[in-house]
Amino acid sequence: MHKDQTTPLDDKVKKGVTKLVITVFAMFAFGFALVPLYDVFCDITGLNGKTATVASTKNADGIDTSRTIKVQFISRTAQGAAWQFAPQMNSIEVHPGEMKFIKFYAKNESGRSGVAQAVPSVSPGLAANYFQKIECFCFNQQPLQANEEAWLPLQFYVDPELPAHFTELTLSYTLYDITDSVETNQETE
Amino acid sequence: MTTATDTMDHHDDHHDHKMTGIKRWLYTTNHKDIGTLYLWFSFIMLLTGGAMAMVIRAELFQPGLQIIEPDFFNQMTTVHGLIMVFGAIMPAFTGLANWMLPMMIGAPDMALPRLNNWSFWILPFAFGILLSSLFMEGGGPNFGWTFYAPLSTTYSNGSTAFFVFAVHIMGISSIMGAINIVVTIMNLRAPGMTYMKMPLFVWTFFITAYLLIAVMPVLAGTVTMVLTDTYFGTSFFNAAGGGDPVMFQHIFWFFGHPEVYIMILPAFGIVSTIIPTFARKKLFGYSSMVYATSSIAFLSFIVWAHHMFTTGMPLAGELFFMYCTMLIAVPTGVKVFNWVATMWKGSMTFETPMLFSIAFVILFTIGGFSGLMLAMTPVDFQYHDTYFVVAHFHYVLVTGSLFSIYAAAYYWLPKWTGNMYDEKLGKFHFWCSLISVNLLFFPMHFLGLAGMPRRIPDYALQFADFNKWVSIGGFAFGLSQLIFLVLVIKCIKGGKKASANPWDASEGLEWTVASPAPYHTFSTPPEIK
Repeated sequence: MHKDQTTPLDDKVKKGVTKLVITVFAMFAFGFALVPLYDVFCDITGLNGKTATVASTKNADGIDTSRTIKVQFISRTAQGAAWQFAPQMNSIEVHPGEMKFIKFYAKNESGRSGVAQAVPSVSPGLAANYFQKIECFCFNQQPLQANEEAWLPLQFYVDPELPAHFTELTLSYTLYDITDSVETNQETE
Repeated sequence: MTTATDTMDHHDDHHDHKMTGIKRWLYTTNHKDIGTLYLWFSFIMLLTGGAMAMVIRAELFQPGLQIIEPDFFNQMTTVHGLIMVFGAIMPAFTGLANWMLPMMIGAPDMALPRLNNWSFWILPFAFGILLSSLFMEGGGPNFGWTFYAPLSTTYSNGSTAFFVFAVHIMGISSIMGAINIVVTIMNLRAPGMTYMKMPLFVWTFFITAYLLIAVMPVLAGTVTMVLTDTYFGTSFFNAAGGGDPVMFQHIFWFFGHPEVYIMILPAFGIVSTIIPTFARKKLFGYSSMVYATSSIAFLSFIVWAHHMFTTGMPLAGELFFMYCTMLIAVPTGVKVFNWVATMWKGSMTFETPMLFSIAFVILFTIGGFSGLMLAMTPVDFQYHDTYFVVAHFHYVLVTGSLFSIYAAAYYWLPKWTGNMYDEKLGKFHFWCSLISVNLLFFPMHFLGLAGMPRRIPDYALQFADFNKWVSIGGFAFGLSQLIFLVLVIKCIKGGKKASANPWDASEGLEWTVASPAPYHTFSTPPEIK
């Protein structure tokens, strides 16, 4: 038998290998596809406590004065972020549908001008989809000069459709110093 | 593409024209040579990873920090895990597959002999890269073998690139090995060997190979994301850039859970081969074994989040993953039942392979039960990240996978070398291992229940006594494995000549060829009735 001759067995092996190699590449792609899938899944179910990253355009249909929800605010700075960051108040009582406006204090103490990004999270996670933000400093990056301070605005309401067993929500913000990655991105652009 | 048949014909022209010296091993496309290479490599890795375990146990012998720095301790736990999973257990199974599969299905060689050579020879480079990072400034990977982000991204010590490339190469090696196994089994079975006539050993490797093809690419994707997050400014797992570190765990465990079955399904195949031989009965419930293996493989894809109960999952998710996980106990129970039923009223003898197989059945079941305990969400909150978890996965991986590999090695050593191994020394190895391994891992259950966290170089005083016993068990178990090394070398050098079928096994084509197995077997396929 010569090498350049193919047998039916060769063809079968070749076919099998081709199929399996395609599977390998498909599974590699699937690994990356899990990233957007995960986001979509969490978006629909609200499982990971992430709130929307853009302003809510939905209007509340009236205020439900029969219920009162306590909204707590937590703020922390991530490791390596030399910023001060705190809410104006620790908690606030709201009726579902009622618009509230509060501010967060931020000061850049890193000694150089920098950019920060706040990442919100709502607990319990399943209530995240009912926390509607009209305006939030977390939608944008926050540039501050060295020692500059600012009051960052947040306007929100709690959706009246919030299931009845939720009486308390906690909104937590983590502030990241993203100065370095912003600079590298500008350099590459 | 050169397949086995024409390679064989090509070889047959100048039959005994083996290359000599190092070239024989570098250029070999013979499945037996490559199997031998895999097996020796995995044993060297077992001793390397074992040495790291000795460092860990030496540090944990007493409370307080005595011998090594915490950062180096973290490197030891990380690299120990990586070496044992990817360097010892998986290559050992691939080695067994290379040696035995073609002989068991009556094929002359693997379907893709050159690919086979390549999948072995890239492995030493992968582990060379991984181990070299230990000697670099800043040290090797210290984020645990599970490399959770952000430990491996934001807070990495600079070893991430080496780690990632090493894992890429290991992954490519396993994928190529798995492709080879699948096409070999699908195309090279002897005439008359239908799927349901294949030995169970072949079945388990067939299913395992599919699992590898499905999940190793996902692991490659995960490490690639870690690489770009660390060095190229992407934010897959970085919350500051809109990513999510919890997503890392989902993607990792989507690979990670099938991976644990990749390391145990072949063990099921081995034990299902050995127990019938020494019980002198047919395997009880062959087809139920096949279906049980397949259902375990299927279930392995939908249970991954049981590793993540404490990440704040909603109740529905916790319940789903808890029930699915517990469901795995059903097919596993079928298997254990079948092994016991095979032994029932058999005329059993207790040579070393059988001893290791029986120990496997009992101790793997203990590991399975602690797995069931961990599957229960409410109690998992207490057990999570404690020594209870360490005890669990060492029972399934050491007394499970490793013991099955030893059983396989003893069982087929006469076929590989042509000599019987020293039975007395084999039994000595078994009893030393059995006693020390239980002294090593059983007290870990209690340590974990009492709250000792894993991956920490120091511990509270009340854990001191148990840790001392565990460490003594560890040193004894480590030393016991050297007995096996001596035994194998003795067996290669000489000993009682083995007949073609030294165990009087009633089944298995490998026993129809001479011992030691000739360099080329089944150039003409046997007929299966």
